[in-house]
Amino acid sequence: MTEAVYARGLVKEFGRVTAVTGIDFEVRAGECFGFLGPNGAGKTTTLRMVHCFLPPTAGELRVLGMPVPAECRRIKGYLGVVPQENNLDPELKVLESLLVYARFFDLSRSEALKRARELLAFSGLEGKEQERPEDLSGGMKRRLVIARALINKPRLLLLDEPSTGLDPQARYQVWQRLFRLKEEGVTLILSTHYMEEATQLCDRLVIMDGGAILAAGEPDRLVADHAGREVVVVGDGAARADEVQTASAGLYRDRLFLGGDLFLYTDRGRELLGSLGHLGFRRLVLRPTTLEDVYLKLTGKEYEE
Amino acid sequence: MMARLDVSYLTWRVLGRHLAVFRRSWLVNLSFNFVEPLLYFAAMGLGLGAYVRPIAGMSYLQYLAPGLVASSSMFACAYECTYGTFVRLEYQKTYQAILATPVSLDDLVLGDMLFGAFKAVLYGTVILVVMLILGLVVSPTALLVPPVLAVAGMLFAEVSLIWTGLFPHIDNFNYFFSLIMTPLFLFSGVFFPLDGLSRVLRDLAWLSPLTHVVNLTRGLVLGHLAGLEVDFLFVAVLALALLPFPLRLMRRLVLK
Repeated sequence: MTEAVYARGLVKEFGRVTAVTGIDFEVRAGECFGFLGPNGAGKTTTLRMVHCFLPPTAGELRVLGMPVPAECRRIKGYLGVVPQENNLDPELKVLESLLVYARFFDLSRSEALKRARELLAFSGLEGKEQERPEDLSGGMKRRLVIARALINKPRLLLLDEPSTGLDPQARYQVWQRLFRLKEEGVTLILSTHYMEEATQLCDRLVIMDGGAILAAGEPDRLVADHAGREVVVVGDGAARADEVQTASAGLYRDRLFLGGDLFLYTDRGRELLGSLGHLGFRRLVLRPTTLEDVYLKLTGKEYEE
Repeated sequence: MMARLDVSYLTWRVLGRHLAVFRRSWLVNLSFNFVEPLLYFAAMGLGLGAYVRPIAGMSYLQYLAPGLVASSSMFACAYECTYGTFVRLEYQKTYQAILATPVSLDDLVLGDMLFGAFKAVLYGTVILVVMLILGLVVSPTALLVPPVLAVAGMLFAEVSLIWTGLFPHIDNFNYFFSLIMTPLFLFSGVFFPLDGLSRVLRDLAWLSPLTHVVNLTRGLVLGHLAGLEVDFLFVAVLALALLPFPLRLMRRLVLK
Protein backbone atom coordinates (compact mmCIF):
# COMPACT_ATOMS: atom_id res chain seq x y z
CA MET A 1 0.00 0.00 0.00
CA THR A 2 1.41 3.36 -0.99
CA GLU A 3 1.35 6.36 1.29
CA ALA A 4 -1.37 8.96 0.80
CA VAL A 5 1.34 11.61 0.64
CA TYR A 6 5.07 11.17 0.23
CA ALA A 7 7.35 14.21 0.39
CA ARG A 8 11.14 14.32 0.20
CA GLY A 9 13.20 17.49 0.27
CA LEU A 10 10.13 19.57 -0.43
CA VAL A 11 10.99 23.25 -0.96
CA LYS A 12 8.84 26.29 -1.72
CA GLU A 13 10.34 29.67 -2.44
CA PHE A 14 8.48 32.88 -3.17
CA GLY A 15 11.09 35.08 -4.84
CA ARG A 16 13.87 35.29 -2.27
CA VAL A 17 11.71 34.12 0.61
CA THR A 18 11.88 30.43 1.44
CA ALA A 19 8.55 29.40 2.94
CA VAL A 20 9.29 25.68 3.14
CA THR A 21 12.92 24.71 3.50
CA GLY A 22 13.16 21.13 2.30
CA ILE A 23 10.93 18.91 4.41
CA ASP A 24 10.37 15.16 4.46
CA PHE A 25 7.14 13.55 5.62
CA GLU A 26 4.71 10.87 4.65
CA VAL A 27 1.03 10.50 5.42
CA ARG A 28 -0.33 6.95 5.68
CA ALA A 29 -3.60 6.02 4.06
CA GLY A 30 -6.48 6.23 6.53
CA GLU A 31 -4.76 8.23 9.25
CA CYS A 32 -5.28 11.77 10.44
CA PHE A 33 -2.05 13.70 10.03
CA GLY A 34 -1.48 17.12 11.53
CA PHE A 35 0.72 20.10 10.79
CA LEU A 36 1.14 22.07 13.97
CA GLY A 37 2.93 25.38 14.19
CA PRO A 38 2.66 29.13 14.65
CA ASN A 39 1.44 31.46 11.91
CA GLY A 40 4.01 31.71 9.16
CA ALA A 41 5.49 28.30 9.93
CA GLY A 42 4.88 27.04 6.41
CA LYS A 43 1.85 24.84 7.16
CA THR A 44 -0.49 26.44 4.65
CA THR A 45 2.19 26.54 1.96
CA THR A 46 2.86 22.83 2.50
CA LEU A 47 -0.83 22.00 2.31
CA ARG A 48 -1.17 24.09 -0.84
CA MET A 49 1.61 22.14 -2.50
CA VAL A 50 -0.06 18.87 -1.56
CA HIS A 51 -3.38 19.94 -3.09
CA CYS A 52 -1.66 21.14 -6.25
CA PHE A 53 -2.36 24.84 -5.76
CA LEU A 54 1.30 25.82 -5.56
CA PRO A 55 3.95 24.04 -7.62
CA PRO A 56 6.91 22.99 -5.43
CA THR A 57 10.19 24.78 -6.10
CA ALA A 58 12.17 21.60 -5.49
CA GLY A 59 11.89 18.14 -4.03
CA GLU A 60 9.75 15.10 -4.61
CA LEU A 61 6.04 15.11 -3.86
CA ARG A 62 3.64 12.25 -4.55
CA VAL A 63 -0.03 12.34 -3.62
CA LEU A 64 -2.02 9.09 -3.71
CA GLY A 65 0.94 7.62 -5.54
CA MET A 66 0.89 10.23 -8.30
CA PRO A 67 3.58 12.84 -8.86
CA VAL A 68 2.98 16.58 -8.31
CA PRO A 69 2.71 18.63 -10.45
CA ALA A 70 2.61 16.25 -13.44
CA GLU A 71 -0.63 14.50 -12.41
CA CYS A 72 -2.33 17.43 -10.69
CA ARG A 73 -5.58 17.22 -12.59
CA ARG A 74 -6.04 13.54 -11.68
CA ILE A 75 -4.87 14.04 -8.12
CA LYS A 76 -7.32 16.89 -7.56
CA GLY A 77 -10.16 14.62 -8.63
CA TYR A 78 -9.54 12.52 -5.49
CA LEU A 79 -8.98 15.38 -3.07
CA GLY A 80 -11.17 17.56 -0.92
CA VAL A 81 -9.84 20.91 0.27
CA VAL A 82 -11.13 23.01 3.14
CA PRO A 83 -9.23 26.29 3.04
CA GLN A 84 -8.45 28.53 5.96
CA GLU A 85 -10.93 31.17 4.86
CA ASN A 86 -14.44 30.17 3.87
CA ASN A 87 -14.78 30.75 0.15
CA LEU A 88 -18.44 30.08 -0.50
CA ASP A 89 -20.12 31.80 -3.41
CA PRO A 90 -22.07 34.59 -1.71
CA GLU A 91 -24.62 34.73 -4.53
CA LEU A 92 -25.45 31.02 -4.52
CA LYS A 93 -27.83 29.29 -2.17
CA VAL A 94 -26.62 26.34 -0.11
CA LEU A 95 -27.85 23.50 -2.33
CA GLU A 96 -26.96 25.31 -5.53
CA SER A 97 -23.42 25.99 -4.39
CA LEU A 98 -22.90 22.25 -3.91
CA LEU A 99 -24.41 21.44 -7.31
CA VAL A 100 -22.31 24.05 -9.10
CA TYR A 101 -19.17 22.74 -7.42
CA ALA A 102 -20.05 19.16 -8.36
CA ARG A 103 -19.86 20.08 -12.04
CA PHE A 104 -16.13 20.66 -11.73
CA PHE A 105 -15.82 16.98 -10.78
CA ASP A 106 -17.93 15.82 -13.70
CA LEU A 107 -20.77 14.58 -11.51
CA SER A 108 -24.05 14.33 -13.39
CA ARG A 109 -26.93 16.46 -12.22
CA SER A 110 -28.72 13.52 -10.56
CA GLU A 111 -25.58 12.15 -8.91
CA ALA A 112 -24.75 15.63 -7.67
CA LEU A 113 -28.22 16.12 -6.23
CA LYS A 114 -28.11 12.79 -4.41
CA ARG A 115 -24.65 13.46 -3.05
CA ALA A 116 -25.55 17.02 -2.04
CA ARG A 117 -28.57 15.84 -0.05
CA GLU A 118 -26.47 13.20 1.72
CA LEU A 119 -23.87 15.80 2.59
CA LEU A 120 -26.39 18.34 3.85
CA ALA A 121 -27.73 15.63 6.16
CA PHE A 122 -24.22 14.66 7.23
CA SER A 123 -23.44 18.30 7.96
CA GLY A 124 -26.63 19.05 9.87
CA LEU A 125 -27.74 21.52 7.22
CA GLU A 126 -31.08 19.98 6.25
CA GLY A 127 -33.68 22.66 5.74
CA LYS A 128 -31.01 25.20 4.83
CA GLU A 129 -30.98 24.32 1.11
CA GLN A 130 -32.36 27.67 0.04
CA GLU A 131 -30.38 29.88 2.43
CA ARG A 132 -27.52 32.07 1.33
CA PRO A 133 -24.13 31.74 3.04
CA GLU A 134 -24.50 35.14 4.71
CA ASP A 135 -27.57 33.84 6.57
CA LEU A 136 -25.68 30.88 8.07
CA SER A 137 -23.85 30.89 11.40
CA GLY A 138 -20.06 30.61 11.43
CA GLY A 139 -20.24 26.93 12.32
CA MET A 140 -22.76 26.16 9.59
CA LYS A 141 -20.68 27.98 6.99
CA ARG A 142 -17.69 25.92 8.01
CA ARG A 143 -19.67 22.70 7.78
CA LEU A 144 -20.94 23.73 4.37
CA VAL A 145 -17.37 24.31 3.16
CA ILE A 146 -16.49 20.85 4.46
CA ALA A 147 -19.59 19.37 2.78
CA ARG A 148 -18.57 21.00 -0.49
CA ALA A 149 -15.08 19.53 -0.18
CA LEU A 150 -16.69 16.07 0.13
CA ILE A 151 -18.87 16.31 -2.98
CA ASN A 152 -16.49 14.09 -4.99
CA LYS A 153 -16.09 11.47 -2.19
CA PRO A 154 -12.43 12.35 -1.75
CA ARG A 155 -9.90 9.78 -0.59
CA LEU A 156 -7.83 12.51 0.99
CA LEU A 157 -9.29 15.55 2.75
CA LEU A 158 -7.06 18.54 3.54
CA LEU A 159 -8.21 21.03 6.12
CA ASP A 160 -6.36 24.27 6.79
CA GLU A 161 -7.23 25.33 10.34
CA PRO A 162 -10.68 23.76 10.20
CA SER A 163 -12.00 25.24 13.43
CA THR A 164 -10.24 28.57 13.79
CA GLY A 165 -12.68 31.27 14.85
CA LEU A 166 -15.45 28.88 15.90
CA ASP A 167 -16.99 28.73 19.34
CA PRO A 168 -16.50 25.50 21.34
CA GLN A 169 -19.84 23.95 20.33
CA ALA A 170 -19.34 24.71 16.67
CA ARG A 171 -15.79 23.42 16.88
CA TYR A 172 -16.93 20.17 18.43
CA GLN A 173 -19.52 19.70 15.70
CA VAL A 174 -16.79 20.06 13.10
CA TRP A 175 -14.62 17.55 14.95
CA GLN A 176 -17.47 15.03 15.12
CA ARG A 177 -17.73 15.14 11.34
CA LEU A 178 -14.02 14.65 10.98
CA PHE A 179 -14.09 11.63 13.33
CA ARG A 180 -16.82 10.08 11.24
CA LEU A 181 -14.94 10.67 8.00
CA LYS A 182 -11.90 9.02 9.50
CA GLU A 183 -14.00 6.01 10.47
CA GLU A 184 -15.16 5.82 6.88
CA GLY A 185 -11.55 5.53 5.80
CA VAL A 186 -10.90 9.04 4.49
CA THR A 187 -7.31 10.14 5.03
CA LEU A 188 -7.24 13.52 6.79
CA ILE A 189 -4.53 16.13 6.77
CA LEU A 190 -5.04 19.20 8.86
CA SER A 191 -3.10 22.22 9.94
CA THR A 192 -3.83 23.86 13.22
CA HIS A 193 -2.39 25.90 16.01
CA TYR A 194 -4.84 24.46 18.51
CA MET A 195 -3.17 21.79 20.65
CA GLU A 196 -6.54 20.45 21.67
CA GLU A 197 -7.49 19.90 18.05
CA ALA A 198 -4.21 18.19 17.24
CA THR A 199 -4.38 15.96 20.32
CA GLN A 200 -8.00 14.96 19.74
CA LEU A 201 -7.84 14.33 16.04
CA CYS A 202 -4.33 13.46 14.91
CA ASP A 203 -2.80 10.00 14.87
CA ARG A 204 0.52 11.54 13.96
CA LEU A 205 1.69 15.08 13.50
CA VAL A 206 4.66 17.24 12.72
CA ILE A 207 5.54 20.48 14.43
CA MET A 208 6.71 23.13 11.99
CA ASP A 209 8.38 26.46 12.43
CA GLY A 210 10.30 28.67 10.03
CA GLY A 211 9.46 26.39 7.12
CA ALA A 212 11.08 23.33 8.72
CA ILE A 213 9.80 20.28 10.58
CA LEU A 214 11.08 20.36 14.14
CA ALA A 215 9.57 17.11 15.38
CA ALA A 216 7.36 14.32 14.10
CA GLY A 217 5.42 11.48 15.67
CA GLU A 218 2.35 10.44 17.62
CA PRO A 219 1.12 13.13 20.00
CA ASP A 220 1.76 11.02 23.15
CA ARG A 221 5.23 10.02 22.01
CA LEU A 222 6.11 13.61 21.18
CA VAL A 223 5.09 14.70 24.65
CA ALA A 224 7.02 11.88 26.33
CA ASP A 225 10.13 12.40 24.21
CA HIS A 226 10.32 16.17 24.25
CA ALA A 227 8.70 17.31 27.45
CA GLY A 228 8.82 14.36 29.86
CA ARG A 229 5.96 13.53 32.17
CA GLU A 230 5.51 16.72 34.08
CA VAL A 231 6.37 20.35 34.12
CA VAL A 232 6.93 22.76 36.99
CA VAL A 233 6.11 26.32 36.11
CA VAL A 234 8.09 28.77 38.22
CA GLY A 235 6.26 32.11 38.12
CA ASP A 236 8.70 34.96 37.43
CA GLY A 237 11.47 32.43 37.75
CA ALA A 238 13.39 33.35 34.62
CA ALA A 239 15.48 36.00 36.37
CA ARG A 240 16.52 33.54 39.11
CA ALA A 241 17.30 30.59 36.85
CA ASP A 242 20.77 30.17 38.38
CA GLU A 243 19.42 29.84 41.92
CA VAL A 244 16.87 27.32 40.68
CA GLN A 245 19.59 25.33 39.02
CA THR A 246 21.68 25.22 42.16
CA ALA A 247 18.71 24.18 44.29
CA SER A 248 17.47 21.42 42.03
CA ALA A 249 20.39 20.25 39.94
CA GLY A 250 19.62 17.00 38.17
CA LEU A 251 15.91 17.00 38.99
CA TYR A 252 14.76 18.43 35.68
CA ARG A 253 15.81 17.45 32.19
CA ASP A 254 15.19 20.67 30.34
CA ARG A 255 14.05 24.21 30.86
CA LEU A 256 12.25 26.90 28.90
CA PHE A 257 12.01 30.65 29.44
CA LEU A 258 8.65 32.06 28.54
CA GLY A 259 7.46 35.57 29.32
CA GLY A 260 9.52 35.84 32.53
CA ASP A 261 8.40 32.43 33.75
CA LEU A 262 10.62 29.39 33.94
CA PHE A 263 9.35 26.01 32.75
CA LEU A 264 11.16 22.96 34.16
CA TYR A 265 10.48 19.66 32.39
CA THR A 266 10.87 16.61 34.55
CA ASP A 267 9.91 13.04 35.30
CA ARG A 268 10.32 13.71 39.05
CA GLY A 269 7.83 16.50 39.65
CA ARG A 270 7.25 16.05 43.40
CA GLU A 271 10.96 16.04 44.26
CA LEU A 272 11.58 19.05 42.04
CA LEU A 273 8.75 20.97 43.66
CA GLY A 274 10.15 20.12 47.11
CA SER A 275 13.62 21.29 46.16
CA LEU A 276 12.25 24.72 45.21
CA GLY A 277 10.13 25.21 48.32
CA HIS A 278 12.67 27.31 50.26
CA LEU A 279 13.23 29.80 47.41
CA GLY A 280 9.97 31.65 48.13
CA PHE A 281 8.38 31.73 44.66
CA ARG A 282 4.76 32.83 44.92
CA ARG A 283 3.62 30.92 41.85
CA LEU A 284 4.82 27.35 41.62
CA VAL A 285 2.70 24.91 39.63
CA LEU A 286 3.21 21.22 38.94
CA ARG A 287 1.12 19.79 36.08
CA PRO A 288 1.25 16.98 33.54
CA THR A 289 2.86 17.92 30.24
CA THR A 290 0.77 18.29 27.10
CA LEU A 291 1.42 18.80 23.45
CA GLU A 292 1.44 22.49 24.20
CA ASP A 293 4.68 22.08 26.11
CA VAL A 294 6.32 20.34 23.18
CA TYR A 295 5.08 23.11 20.94
CA LEU A 296 6.34 25.86 23.23
CA LYS A 297 9.65 24.18 23.72
CA LEU A 298 10.25 23.68 20.03
CA THR A 299 8.85 26.91 18.66
CA GLY A 300 9.57 29.25 21.58
CA LYS A 301 13.30 29.62 21.06
CA GLU A 302 13.13 33.36 20.56
CA TYR A 303 12.04 33.80 24.15
CA GLU A 304 15.18 32.18 25.54
CA GLU A 305 17.36 34.69 27.35
CA MET B 1 8.57 31.60 -19.32
CA MET B 2 5.14 30.44 -20.28
CA ALA B 3 4.61 26.84 -19.32
CA ARG B 4 2.62 24.72 -21.72
CA LEU B 5 -1.01 25.76 -21.95
CA ASP B 6 -3.10 23.49 -19.74
CA VAL B 7 -6.67 23.85 -20.98
CA SER B 8 -9.53 21.34 -20.94
CA TYR B 9 -13.29 21.23 -21.43
CA LEU B 10 -13.57 22.22 -17.76
CA THR B 11 -13.11 25.83 -18.84
CA TRP B 12 -16.78 25.63 -19.98
CA ARG B 13 -17.73 24.50 -16.48
CA VAL B 14 -16.09 27.66 -15.15
CA LEU B 15 -18.24 29.66 -17.55
CA GLY B 16 -21.23 27.61 -16.35
CA ARG B 17 -20.46 28.53 -12.76
CA HIS B 18 -20.27 32.23 -13.62
CA LEU B 19 -23.55 32.00 -15.52
CA ALA B 20 -25.21 30.27 -12.55
CA VAL B 21 -24.12 33.19 -10.38
CA PHE B 22 -25.12 35.70 -13.04
CA ARG B 23 -28.60 34.19 -13.19
CA ARG B 24 -29.06 35.23 -9.55
CA SER B 25 -28.46 38.87 -10.31
CA TRP B 26 -28.91 39.35 -14.02
CA LEU B 27 -31.84 41.72 -13.81
CA VAL B 28 -30.01 44.21 -11.59
CA ASN B 29 -26.84 43.70 -13.58
CA LEU B 30 -28.42 44.14 -16.93
CA SER B 31 -30.57 47.10 -16.04
CA PHE B 32 -27.66 49.05 -14.59
CA ASN B 33 -25.29 48.44 -17.48
CA PHE B 34 -28.11 49.12 -19.83
CA VAL B 35 -29.05 52.52 -18.42
CA GLU B 36 -25.85 54.26 -19.44
CA PRO B 37 -25.93 53.50 -23.17
CA LEU B 38 -29.61 54.45 -23.21
CA LEU B 39 -28.75 57.79 -21.65
CA TYR B 40 -26.22 58.32 -24.43
CA PHE B 41 -28.91 57.36 -26.90
CA ALA B 42 -31.21 59.99 -25.55
CA ALA B 43 -28.74 62.79 -24.79
CA MET B 44 -26.35 62.46 -27.73
CA GLY B 45 -28.50 60.72 -30.32
CA LEU B 46 -31.67 62.68 -29.85
CA GLY B 47 -30.59 65.81 -27.93
CA LEU B 48 -27.28 66.66 -29.53
CA GLY B 49 -28.24 64.86 -32.74
CA ALA B 50 -30.88 67.47 -33.48
CA TYR B 51 -28.05 69.97 -34.10
CA VAL B 52 -25.76 67.67 -36.04
CA ARG B 53 -25.69 67.49 -39.84
CA PRO B 54 -26.40 64.07 -41.28
CA ILE B 55 -23.23 61.96 -41.43
CA ALA B 56 -22.85 60.10 -44.73
CA GLY B 57 -26.55 60.56 -45.25
CA MET B 58 -27.51 59.16 -41.80
CA SER B 59 -29.21 60.80 -38.87
CA TYR B 60 -26.91 61.25 -35.90
CA LEU B 61 -28.85 58.64 -33.92
CA GLN B 62 -28.44 56.17 -36.76
CA TYR B 63 -24.71 56.94 -36.81
CA LEU B 64 -24.24 56.78 -33.04
CA ALA B 65 -26.31 53.73 -32.12
CA PRO B 66 -24.10 50.99 -33.65
CA GLY B 67 -21.10 52.63 -32.00
CA LEU B 68 -22.85 52.31 -28.65
CA VAL B 69 -23.42 48.62 -29.35
CA ALA B 70 -19.64 48.21 -29.57
CA SER B 71 -18.72 50.46 -26.65
CA SER B 72 -21.38 49.00 -24.38
CA SER B 73 -20.08 45.51 -24.97
CA MET B 74 -16.52 46.68 -24.35
CA PHE B 75 -17.38 48.31 -21.02
CA ALA B 76 -19.43 45.36 -19.78
CA CYS B 77 -16.56 43.03 -20.55
CA ALA B 78 -13.94 45.34 -19.05
CA TYR B 79 -15.83 45.67 -15.76
CA GLU B 80 -16.17 41.90 -15.57
CA CYS B 81 -12.51 41.16 -16.20
CA THR B 82 -11.17 43.79 -13.81
CA TYR B 83 -13.49 44.24 -10.84
CA GLY B 84 -15.32 40.95 -11.34
CA THR B 85 -12.22 38.80 -11.65
CA PHE B 86 -10.39 40.61 -8.88
CA VAL B 87 -13.26 40.29 -6.41
CA ARG B 88 -13.46 36.55 -7.09
CA LEU B 89 -9.72 36.19 -6.63
CA GLU B 90 -8.98 38.51 -3.75
CA TYR B 91 -12.21 38.91 -1.74
CA GLN B 92 -14.47 35.94 -2.38
CA LYS B 93 -11.56 33.51 -2.90
CA THR B 94 -13.63 31.78 -5.54
CA TYR B 95 -10.49 31.14 -7.53
CA GLN B 96 -9.00 29.15 -4.69
CA ALA B 97 -12.19 27.11 -4.33
CA ILE B 98 -12.35 26.24 -8.02
CA LEU B 99 -8.63 25.44 -8.20
CA ALA B 100 -9.16 22.76 -5.55
CA THR B 101 -11.09 20.82 -8.21
CA PRO B 102 -9.64 19.28 -11.39
CA VAL B 103 -9.94 22.71 -13.04
CA SER B 104 -6.50 24.10 -13.98
CA LEU B 105 -5.46 27.71 -13.62
CA ASP B 106 -5.53 28.12 -17.39
CA ASP B 107 -9.06 26.66 -17.51
CA LEU B 108 -10.07 29.15 -14.88
CA VAL B 109 -8.60 32.26 -16.52
CA LEU B 110 -9.94 31.22 -19.89
CA GLY B 111 -13.34 30.67 -18.26
CA ASP B 112 -13.21 34.25 -16.97
CA MET B 113 -12.46 35.43 -20.51
CA LEU B 114 -15.36 33.45 -21.89
CA PHE B 115 -17.63 35.03 -19.31
CA GLY B 116 -16.28 38.47 -20.25
CA ALA B 117 -17.00 37.67 -23.89
CA PHE B 118 -20.49 36.46 -22.94
CA LYS B 119 -21.16 39.80 -21.29
CA ALA B 120 -19.80 41.63 -24.33
CA VAL B 121 -22.28 39.75 -26.52
CA LEU B 122 -25.18 40.20 -24.11
CA TYR B 123 -24.77 43.92 -23.46
CA GLY B 124 -24.07 44.72 -27.09
CA THR B 125 -27.00 42.66 -28.31
CA VAL B 126 -29.39 44.35 -25.89
CA ILE B 127 -28.59 47.71 -27.50
CA LEU B 128 -28.97 46.09 -30.89
CA VAL B 129 -32.48 44.97 -29.92
CA VAL B 130 -33.33 48.51 -28.89
CA MET B 131 -32.08 49.69 -32.28
CA LEU B 132 -34.26 47.09 -33.95
CA ILE B 133 -37.29 48.35 -32.07
CA LEU B 134 -36.47 51.93 -33.05
CA GLY B 135 -36.13 50.88 -36.69
CA LEU B 136 -32.40 51.61 -36.77
CA VAL B 137 -31.32 48.19 -38.03
CA VAL B 138 -31.11 48.43 -41.79
CA SER B 139 -29.60 45.15 -42.94
CA PRO B 140 -30.02 41.47 -41.99
CA THR B 141 -26.22 41.28 -41.79
CA ALA B 142 -26.83 42.72 -38.31
CA LEU B 143 -27.32 39.07 -37.33
CA LEU B 144 -23.53 38.77 -37.52
CA VAL B 145 -23.06 41.39 -34.81
CA PRO B 146 -23.33 38.99 -31.82
CA PRO B 147 -20.67 36.54 -33.10
CA VAL B 148 -18.39 39.46 -33.94
CA LEU B 149 -18.92 40.78 -30.41
CA ALA B 150 -17.90 37.38 -29.06
CA VAL B 151 -14.52 37.64 -30.77
CA ALA B 152 -14.18 41.29 -29.76
CA GLY B 153 -15.19 40.28 -26.24
CA MET B 154 -12.26 37.86 -26.02
CA LEU B 155 -9.95 40.70 -27.01
CA PHE B 156 -11.42 43.13 -24.47
CA ALA B 157 -11.29 40.40 -21.82
CA GLU B 158 -7.60 39.83 -22.52
CA VAL B 159 -6.76 43.52 -22.35
CA SER B 160 -8.68 43.87 -19.08
CA LEU B 161 -7.09 40.80 -17.51
CA ILE B 162 -3.65 42.04 -18.55
CA TRP B 163 -4.33 45.20 -16.56
CA THR B 164 -5.68 43.16 -13.65
CA GLY B 165 -2.54 41.02 -13.69
CA LEU B 166 -0.20 44.01 -13.89
CA PHE B 167 -1.89 46.30 -11.37
CA PRO B 168 -3.83 44.01 -9.07
CA HIS B 169 -5.44 46.45 -6.70
CA ILE B 170 -9.07 47.47 -6.54
CA ASP B 171 -8.09 51.18 -6.53
CA ASN B 172 -6.08 50.82 -9.73
CA PHE B 173 -9.02 49.79 -11.88
CA ASN B 174 -10.21 53.42 -11.95
CA TYR B 175 -7.09 54.26 -13.91
CA PHE B 176 -7.80 51.51 -16.39
CA PHE B 177 -11.13 53.12 -17.13
CA SER B 178 -9.99 56.75 -17.16
CA LEU B 179 -6.67 56.15 -18.96
CA ILE B 180 -7.60 53.41 -21.40
CA MET B 181 -11.30 52.67 -21.70
CA THR B 182 -12.59 56.24 -21.82
CA PRO B 183 -10.07 57.46 -24.46
CA LEU B 184 -10.96 54.41 -26.56
CA PHE B 185 -14.63 55.21 -26.11
CA LEU B 186 -14.14 58.82 -27.20
CA PHE B 187 -11.72 58.36 -30.11
CA SER B 188 -12.82 55.19 -31.84
CA GLY B 189 -15.48 56.58 -34.11
CA VAL B 190 -18.43 56.03 -31.77
CA PHE B 191 -19.38 59.71 -31.72
CA PHE B 192 -17.83 61.16 -34.88
CA PRO B 193 -16.08 59.95 -38.04
CA LEU B 194 -12.33 59.75 -37.69
CA ASP B 195 -11.75 61.24 -41.16
CA GLY B 196 -11.91 64.75 -39.73
CA LEU B 197 -8.99 64.12 -37.37
CA SER B 198 -5.37 64.96 -38.05
CA ARG B 199 -3.23 62.25 -39.63
CA VAL B 200 -1.50 61.35 -36.34
CA LEU B 201 -4.73 61.06 -34.38
CA ARG B 202 -6.29 59.04 -37.16
CA ASP B 203 -3.40 56.58 -37.13
CA LEU B 204 -3.62 56.33 -33.37
CA ALA B 205 -7.35 55.72 -33.58
CA TRP B 206 -6.74 52.99 -36.15
CA LEU B 207 -4.69 51.17 -33.50
CA SER B 208 -7.64 51.22 -31.12
CA PRO B 209 -9.38 47.84 -31.15
CA LEU B 210 -12.68 49.58 -30.50
CA THR B 211 -12.35 51.48 -33.80
CA HIS B 212 -12.50 48.21 -35.68
CA VAL B 213 -15.32 46.81 -33.58
CA VAL B 214 -17.30 50.02 -34.22
CA ASN B 215 -16.59 49.73 -37.96
CA LEU B 216 -17.88 46.16 -37.82
CA THR B 217 -21.07 46.85 -35.87
CA ARG B 218 -21.88 49.91 -37.95
CA GLY B 219 -21.10 48.19 -41.23
CA LEU B 220 -23.12 45.09 -40.35
CA VAL B 221 -26.11 47.07 -39.12
CA LEU B 222 -26.13 49.15 -42.29
CA GLY B 223 -25.14 46.34 -44.66
CA HIS B 224 -22.02 48.23 -45.75
CA LEU B 225 -19.62 45.32 -45.82
CA ALA B 226 -16.74 46.77 -47.85
CA GLY B 227 -13.46 46.63 -45.92
CA LEU B 228 -14.95 44.90 -42.90
CA GLU B 229 -12.71 41.86 -43.36
CA VAL B 230 -9.72 44.04 -42.46
CA ASP B 231 -11.43 45.16 -39.27
CA PHE B 232 -12.34 41.61 -38.38
CA LEU B 233 -8.82 40.36 -39.04
CA PHE B 234 -7.39 43.11 -36.87
CA VAL B 235 -9.62 42.11 -33.95
CA ALA B 236 -9.23 38.35 -34.39
CA VAL B 237 -5.46 38.35 -34.90
CA LEU B 238 -4.88 40.69 -31.98
CA ALA B 239 -7.11 38.50 -29.80
CA LEU B 240 -5.05 35.44 -30.71
CA ALA B 241 -1.73 37.22 -30.31
CA LEU B 242 -2.52 38.57 -26.84
CA LEU B 243 -3.90 35.30 -25.47
CA PRO B 244 -0.73 34.12 -23.67
CA PHE B 245 -0.27 37.37 -21.74
CA PRO B 246 -3.33 37.34 -19.48
CA LEU B 247 -2.74 33.65 -18.78
CA ARG B 248 0.85 34.30 -17.79
CA LEU B 249 0.10 37.40 -15.74
CA MET B 250 -2.82 35.82 -13.91
CA ARG B 251 -0.69 32.80 -13.11
CA ARG B 252 1.88 35.10 -11.54
CA LEU B 253 -0.83 36.86 -9.57
CA VAL B 254 -2.61 33.76 -8.28
CA LEU B 255 0.55 31.86 -7.36
CA LYS B 256 2.23 34.75 -5.54
